[in-house]
Amino acid sequence: MMIILSKAGLENVYAAFVLANGARMEGIEAELFFTFFGLDAIHKKKLEHLHIATVGNPSMNMPTMIGGLPGMEALATKMMKKEMEKVDMPEVPEFIEILKASGVKLWACKLAMDMFHYERKDMYDDLDGILTVGDFYKKSEGAGVHMLFI
Amino acid sequence: MEKIIAGKPIMVNEEGFMINFSEWDCDICEELAREMEIDLTDRHWELINYVQGEYKNQSPLSIRKIGKSGVVDIKEFYQLFPNAPLKTVTKISGVPKPASCI
Repeated sequence: MMIILSKAGLENVYAAFVLANGARMEGIEAELFFTFFGLDAIHKKKLEHLHIATVGNPSMNMPTMIGGLPGMEALATKMMKKEMEKVDMPEVPEFIEILKASGVKLWACKLAMDMFHYERKDMYDDLDGILTVGDFYKKSEGAGVHMLFI
Repeated sequence: MEKIIAGKPIMVNEEGFMINFSEWDCDICEELAREMEIDLTDRHWELINYVQGEYKNQSPLSIRKIGKSGVVDIKEFYQLFPNAPLKTVTKISGVPKPASCI
């Protein structure tokens, strides 16, 4: 299962992580490719501070103007994290450790790294590497490989 | 359905998980492990004991929980049971398949 994560809202990051972990639990190989804002999920200084999107998220059932008020994202994130703990969902740093220990490969997108002026040392230490999109496609060759874009 | 495991007729579900934990014994465990190409070591048995203990306590299992069990970490868990570890360990332990996504 090849999963591309292009966003870093908590809802997106968790979707990608649960899918990757779920694949490994079934004995399926899984690799994650972090591109654009998805890079935040493996950025050392950012991965602990990811938020849920309260604006532009129709499922929040909240007027956009309210969602945009200061502190709303933090509040929604806090509430969501509380619910996640109840269902035994780990926080992002612990989840990354679980993925690595389970054999999930983590790749950063070279173009997005360059665009955001990120360096290898800014990223999660156990990252498997920095790839071009072509490199990632190469890794996805073969019959029966599925690719997801989040 | 019924399946002959280690010479005994055992009730299993369509995925091969045992239905009555009380029917489980070490011979069954070893035969189920062989079916899944696993050579049981002392480390495997420690984990099987843990999994059965959790089942008896009605405590749901997850990968995260196994990682915090103090018996193995997640890396070793995948080394002991390389293919679908949580499903494999529960199956050979004679307990139901965990309904966990994590």
